[in-house]
Amino acid sequence: MSAPTATTTLLAVDDLRVEFATDHGWSTVVAGTSFSVGEREIVGLVGESGSGKTVTGLSVLGLLPRGVGRVASGSVTLGDRDLLGLSERELRSVRGNEVAMVFQEPMTSLNPAFRVGDQIAEAVRLHRGVSRRAARDRAVEVLDLVGIPHARRRADEYPHEFSGGMRQRAMIAMAVSCEPRLLIADEPTTALDVTIQAQVLELLAGMQQELGMSVLLVTHDLGVVAEVCERVVVMYAGQVVEQTDAVELFDHPRHPYTEGLLAAMPQLGSRGQRLSSIPGRTPEPWGMPQGCRFAPRCGYAVDACGEPPPLVTARSGHLSRCHRHDELTLRGAR
Amino acid sequence: MLGLLVRRLAFTIPMLVVVSFCVFSLIVLVPGDPAVSLAGENPDPEQIAAVRERLGLNDPFLLQFWHWFTGVLRGDLGQSLFSSQSVAGAVFARLPATLSLALLSLTVALVLGVAVGVLAAMRPGTWVDRVATFAASLGVAVPYFWVGMILVLLFAINLTIFPAVGYTPLHENPLQWFLHLFLPATALGLAPAAVIARQTRAGMTGVLREDYVRTATAKGLPPARVVGKHALKNAAIPVVTAFGLEASRLIGGTVVIEQLFALPGLGSLAYTSVFARDFPMVQGVLLVVAALVLLINLLVDLSYGYFNPRIRQS
Amino acid sequence: MTTTADTTAALARTAPVAPTRPGFWRRFRDNRPAFVALVVLALLVAASLAAPLIAPYSPEAIDVPRRLSLSTPDHWLGTDSLGRDTLSRLLYAGRVSLLAAATAVAIATVIGVPLGLLAGYVGGKPDWVLGRIGDVLMTFPAIILAIAIIAAMGPGLQTAMIALGIVYAPRLFRVARAATLQVRAETYVEASISIGTPAWKIIPRRVLPNVASPVLVQVSVMLAAALLAEAALSLLGLGVIPPTASWGVMLGSGFKEIRSTPLLVFWPGVAIALATLAFNLIGDGLRDALGRRTRKADS
Repeated sequence: MSAPTATTTLLAVDDLRVEFATDHGWSTVVAGTSFSVGEREIVGLVGESGSGKTVTGLSVLGLLPRGVGRVASGSVTLGDRDLLGLSERELRSVRGNEVAMVFQEPMTSLNPAFRVGDQIAEAVRLHRGVSRRAARDRAVEVLDLVGIPHARRRADEYPHEFSGGMRQRAMIAMAVSCEPRLLIADEPTTALDVTIQAQVLELLAGMQQELGMSVLLVTHDLGVVAEVCERVVVMYAGQVVEQTDAVELFDHPRHPYTEGLLAAMPQLGSRGQRLSSIPGRTPEPWGMPQGCRFAPRCGYAVDACGEPPPLVTARSGHLSRCHRHDELTLRGAR
Repeated sequence: MLGLLVRRLAFTIPMLVVVSFCVFSLIVLVPGDPAVSLAGENPDPEQIAAVRERLGLNDPFLLQFWHWFTGVLRGDLGQSLFSSQSVAGAVFARLPATLSLALLSLTVALVLGVAVGVLAAMRPGTWVDRVATFAASLGVAVPYFWVGMILVLLFAINLTIFPAVGYTPLHENPLQWFLHLFLPATALGLAPAAVIARQTRAGMTGVLREDYVRTATAKGLPPARVVGKHALKNAAIPVVTAFGLEASRLIGGTVVIEQLFALPGLGSLAYTSVFARDFPMVQGVLLVVAALVLLINLLVDLSYGYFNPRIRQS
Repeated sequence: MTTTADTTAALARTAPVAPTRPGFWRRFRDNRPAFVALVVLALLVAASLAAPLIAPYSPEAIDVPRRLSLSTPDHWLGTDSLGRDTLSRLLYAGRVSLLAAATAVAIATVIGVPLGLLAGYVGGKPDWVLGRIGDVLMTFPAIILAIAIIAAMGPGLQTAMIALGIVYAPRLFRVARAATLQVRAETYVEASISIGTPAWKIIPRRVLPNVASPVLVQVSVMLAAALLAEAALSLLGLGVIPPTASWGVMLGSGFKEIRSTPLLVFWPGVAIALATLAFNLIGDGLRDALGRRTRKADS
């Protein structure tokens, strides 16, 4: 099912189904999602809010809010281990160690009551079992690595003494402190100023190179994807609708939703042009259309779209969940 | 942290002086001539004059206060009117029992209250939460002295596990010390525990939804560390505030509880002194109690600096 | 300039006069614990008021042969060490205890609320001085300060109530002051002040209604505390003096017989706990029903 990749697969998500407790009972918010991340690969997981991309990211580490979200079926494999089958204790040895996460809100993701350095050292001590001193040295080392000046001094400071961009750097430092094999970054730049966004993306890409880790970059912003990703998984309404490598996706999208996202992408040097946006909004989990979930918002919808489309190989290495992927010629990035 | 300490001391020390003045002024409240009422039944003028002389009542009021206050600074709280004891001596002889009782009940209050509050917050809406909330409402309302009586009935009279009355100093026999204080400390600690549990639950419910709690889990920390370290430190400020207010109320409660359990503490000293109208003694107890409350408030204020680094630095 | 004055005057006119939203009673009634508490409290008060009518015996009728009896057809809740009927005493004691708590809180309100209004409205030096006096009084645990006042003035129910009233006054002072400060910063009040409306008109019409709800909540919670404090003082022999019965007095004399007749401390304790719980729950209910008023002075 997963697209062939040039490298060996590190993370494989297969037919993942996640449910959330809503006023309408348990609703499916991620419906049979499959994709993979190769060793040393940066994969973008793209979609609007409500597409299930963040939930998918959280499911990998079993971080769904307790009593609110649950994995109903499917598997998440890291290397040769099924993460969903792990005990809570085994899962804890994966979190922050083999798989680390960076979250959207740098302002609130660091604990305001503890020193930044201590928060990083805590993870190091937990997973490496090193001395307090060694853990602290490591914390300073990674803070330095992510480009925080005077790292030794700033390690003793509290989060409120850091700017937003600096905090996100610190979060990244915390995430890479145990040299994870996979980093899941959930909208790591969304809350930041535009100028800082580019720096943080550059840092993420740099870290990936330096540490040889894989990155799953969860974002709504195809611009971010274009910047750093090799491969892209597009999600809509809890389903993967398109999956291919980045260049191919930007040049020849095979799903009308991707075309819409590309058209909505602001471009440098195209000032004055009107940005289009996709009409309508993502359906609620308890009110999913019967057939193609995008059909109600799709300008190309025909009668056949009343049947749910399968995710099929449109071209070699290019998957699309559209009945008309062969007939349509969709516009890529301008 | 030092800055915070200096700032808080700059508040606490003047407070102590003003409080001393109020404690001393209490004698003004006594209707009529205090010397007449203090000299006992049917005093003759000579006795009254003697009392006046002994209390320095012939001096102007502010001068009287000055004499007393400078004495206090030297650790001299005056003499008892009816015994040869010095007030300071009597107060310090009674202090250990009261401090033991207060510290033990505050421990009960803090440990029980935080534990129940955290458990309720971790499982909001479940039966655990509902039982905890109900118990907390009940705990706030049920009179502590009544709880003391019921505890005596159950565990000292019916089951004879704990002694009903009396006190053994810690340094003589730690086990007996604990056994004698267990029932009174529990009686006194339950109501503050209920208040602290409510406050903890309210604070933790909010904090557990914070992003940094998720970050801590994503680091691979076990739930006990996530909740007990990362969440609790952020929910602590309203909890210690409640703790400070409750501590003051609890010290008041020692008067009644010491009476019920026949503990030789400050409370029972205050009680006997009030009935004997031994004013220097009452003043001494009041001053020490107020100092104790101010000390607790100071510690609570300083703890804000520990829990919230922003307070420390501002 | 006239236009500004006109607008502010108009603003002041359209400002809400009373804070009571429609539906306050409904919201309170829908809070089941608070509503049940109100019913329980009403029953307790009614039973206490009707004590002369419904009590089977005089509370002071001594019947030594039947002393320390358990529950019997003649004495439903048993008798005390002098053979006095526990049920009758409980009913009469309720009058004393509830009235004592109410009086203490009334004294605290009469002292604390006007001073709080003054401090909050005038600010400056009076505010500072009153605030510091409050701080000093709050340094003493309530019951210890009450005991000290009783030490000076002599024991007795009246002294105890005055003492408690003084002790609780700073708490109400703080609540009233905080609420006043808040109201005073509202646009419609600032507007009134700026067009020269005198304080004696603004305070009762604009400030008092807004201060009333937090004060009401505090009063309810304070009644619970006063009831406990009265019981504690009477238990120690510093409040109500026998043979008059209050719940605290009954606890105190009952405790002496705890080895033989534990029921004697049981009933007054239940009565105090019930009344205290009711006051607290009503306080919670009031807070929820009155809280978070949307102030739309500007629209």
